[in-house]
Amino acid sequence: MNRIDYLFQTKKERVLSIYVTAGFPELGDTLPVMEAIQASGADIIELGIPYSDPIADGPTIQESNAIALENGMSIKTLFSQLVGFRSKIHVPVILMGYLNPIIQFGMEEFCKKCKEVGIDGLILPDLPMSQYLEEYKALFEEYGLFISFLISPQTSEKRIREVDENSNGFIYMVSSHAITGAKASISKEQETYFERVAGMNLNHPRLIGFGISDAATFQLASRYSNGAIIGSAFIKKIKDSKELKQDIKNFLTEVRG
Amino acid sequence: MLYPNVEELRENWEAIVASPSYQEEFQQLLKDFVGRPTPLYFAGRLSETFGAKIYLKREDLCHTGAHKVNNTVGQIILAKKLGKKRIIAETGAGQHGVATATVCALMGMDCTIYMGELDIKRQRPNVERMRILGAKVVPATSGSKTLKDATNEAMRAWIADPVGTHYIIGSVVGPHPYPEMVARFQSVISEEIKRQLLAKEGRENPDLVIACVGGGSNAAGAFYHYYNEPAVRLIAAEAAGLGIHSGKSAATSVLGTPGILHGSKTLLMQTEDGQVVEPHSISAGLDYPGIGPVHAHLHDIGRAEFVAVEDEDAMKAGILLSRTEGIIPAIETAHAIHALNQISFNPNDLIVINLSGRGDKDLETYIQWGNY
Repeated sequence: MNRIDYLFQTKKERVLSIYVTAGFPELGDTLPVMEAIQASGADIIELGIPYSDPIADGPTIQESNAIALENGMSIKTLFSQLVGFRSKIHVPVILMGYLNPIIQFGMEEFCKKCKEVGIDGLILPDLPMSQYLEEYKALFEEYGLFISFLISPQTSEKRIREVDENSNGFIYMVSSHAITGAKASISKEQETYFERVAGMNLNHPRLIGFGISDAATFQLASRYSNGAIIGSAFIKKIKDSKELKQDIKNFLTEVRG
Repeated sequence: MLYPNVEELRENWEAIVASPSYQEEFQQLLKDFVGRPTPLYFAGRLSETFGAKIYLKREDLCHTGAHKVNNTVGQIILAKKLGKKRIIAETGAGQHGVATATVCALMGMDCTIYMGELDIKRQRPNVERMRILGAKVVPATSGSKTLKDATNEAMRAWIADPVGTHYIIGSVVGPHPYPEMVARFQSVISEEIKRQLLAKEGRENPDLVIACVGGGSNAAGAFYHYYNEPAVRLIAAEAAGLGIHSGKSAATSVLGTPGILHGSKTLLMQTEDGQVVEPHSISAGLDYPGIGPVHAHLHDIGRAEFVAVEDEDAMKAGILLSRTEGIIPAIETAHAIHALNQISFNPNDLIVINLSGRGDKDLETYIQWGNY
């Protein structure tokens, strides 16, 4: 069974996913940061593949992408860092990335490597669902890779049902019409949207991302969904960290409350 | 991610644009506001200089000084009919930003323009024009701080408000339906060339059409009605910057490989790892690491000939046109003029160059270059 499904079968509330850019803050930090995230009690690790033009991300994550690229991170390097990581990491690991670097690497080769090292799923914000269905669905299935599509407050009910039908594992609920890291709090309108989707009886669990930064927002998101994804706030925390392990522990302890 | 943004547009644009009420308003504005048709001017002294019969399609005489306004007029009427309240746009040289700010003022719509920080510095007059017209100009401070980064910022702003905002993309790039839609709005250029050439020369088709290509909107407009006329050579002049292989270039057809940028599958300047390479051109409007998917296709099938013009040569061509015809061209457009030196043609060939914009906005660059 895919680790993502297993997780949601055993844990239905307050699931916490942490996003970190691979090769950040230093090239060699990928695995140590993942270990620290797991040791501090997060349930899922979302590993970002750095890209020069990450248009779904805000300034914090874009900057971390630029730093990781300067550090020399690439898909090739990432896979070499991930060889054998499953001896240390048991939580689900999802790769988040933009299409162009993956296509240049080769989609099939990418999927194959994901399976070899032990990746469980993908989030590809610039992959249209129609293109996924036509070109990649069979491939992802062959290599046992889950895919989570995004929904936002603007997504129609019909479209949410399509996303529910075609996602595996969980649905990524974007909390507002926004890019990552844009807002520090959650508004009444957002709550209404969370409530609306919660009432739709979807097949898949939902994680809320974008704008989740601390214990209060994590708790609020968890009230309307199965948990949340934290990215920019985490990146900010580790950017200039002298004590990565300790700072990650402190951050996650605070968030989990 | 862009699904809610493009879905509404994709489903509705063709029906709206085909409707009589749309067409009436569009044609009226092209005529009375933009000043169309623009002249097809026989450039006698330039013809003598190069030994061919050269016509200039005077898009520089459009209101706001370049062809960009053809598209912004088209899209603003569409945005209004879709019930949008706010307009955003990216701009490189500032011509598209000015053309967008202009139609927003005309329609009383809220307008925000994203522009690379570097371009803001080198295109100061256009920045102030946008502000005078009531637009907010937001600097893009990431990456090379030019057109690509401005496009990223505009995309982000659009993702943040898919309901109320319409994004007027200025070139034949971006997600479907933009490349086709923008080309359609610009196709008035070749539509007029055909008509005007028939009146002046007794034939609709020239032997060559030359246009500069950054993203490629003016070329798309100038080529549009000639795609299926194989006897007409289509020449696309790209920016070679300091030299194609200098590392400071924007010659996408030579340096690009297939990739995805801003929602288009196209030719893209990128590293082996698929990271987008920062382009360079002295002209802000050609400083883009991709080209429109249609141009990538024309390149692939060999329908268009691509030439790469260096900064220095483009500047010289700008001075040449100024002194032979009394027209100071935009530096983007000067690349198309210089293409005449880089291609072969016969003395009796009939050539149309799309004079996409005027050089007022580039005065600072001309002055700094100083070699005149």
